[in-house]
Amino acid sequence: MTLDLILFLILALIAIATALGMLLSRNAIYSALFLVLNFITVAVFYLLLGAPFIAMVQITVYAGAIMVLFLFVIMLLGAESLPQAQVLPWQKPLAIALAVILAAEATFLLFTRARPVGEILPPAEAANMMDSLREMGMILFDQYLIPFEVTSILLLVAMVGAIVLIRKEKRVH
Amino acid sequence: MIPINYYIILSAILFTIGALGVLVRRNALIIFMSVELMLNSANLAMVAFSSVIQSFSGQIFVFFVIAVAAAEVAVGLALIVEIFKSKQSIDVDQMNSLKG
Repeated sequence: MTLDLILFLILALIAIATALGMLLSRNAIYSALFLVLNFITVAVFYLLLGAPFIAMVQITVYAGAIMVLFLFVIMLLGAESLPQAQVLPWQKPLAIALAVILAAEATFLLFTRARPVGEILPPAEAANMMDSLREMGMILFDQYLIPFEVTSILLLVAMVGAIVLIRKEKRVH
Repeated sequence: MIPINYYIILSAILFTIGALGVLVRRNALIIFMSVELMLNSANLAMVAFSSVIQSFSGQIFVFFVIAVAAAEVAVGLALIVEIFKSKQSIDVDQMNSLKG
């Protein structure tokens, strides 16, 4: 067992445990905090995979902006825990059965059809990391410039849409 | 040297947990968080693939996915706040009429 593999297994355990914690905790704030931990773990995975830029974006955008927005809305609505409404008795077993089928299908397809091969090499040294960042910037602003600009329009539309949705309707007669 | 299979299996497990969250939970906010978890697991698989084929395209695609997710969260949370204002609840079982 190499150091990389041990690190991977520990991080994978943390990721799965925090995802389950998000799923199972009754309080929505605990769920959000578990999800933040999960996002940070995934960011460490990105570092292991040699994608430092994506790791930083993951932490600032996902664990930072998006989850703060979530926590803000949870606290604004006071929706930490819903009163236990009447639930469909067959819903939980059915959902678990469907999830097991989904996992089994994914595993089956992976090991019989797709057979992904290859190994993740350890991330290069810091000097090479800066090179990879520079190269990624060049590709992003050269080959993918139009999608990048379209993304800015998408963000503008989302911002306007959110404001329009939240705004109080003025009744003009 | 970690085989890429490990990353894909981890990604499949996280995706399944997210799907289970969407199916089991009734709190609209937690369903939304589960969707984020599924997006995240797909991103993880994509970065793993791009790292194996030594290309940046996968990472750039993940960058765009994250930007779209940010936009989606802004609009989705606005919708949830609006639903809460009209129903006083974000239980998805209560959302059974088209007009509030």
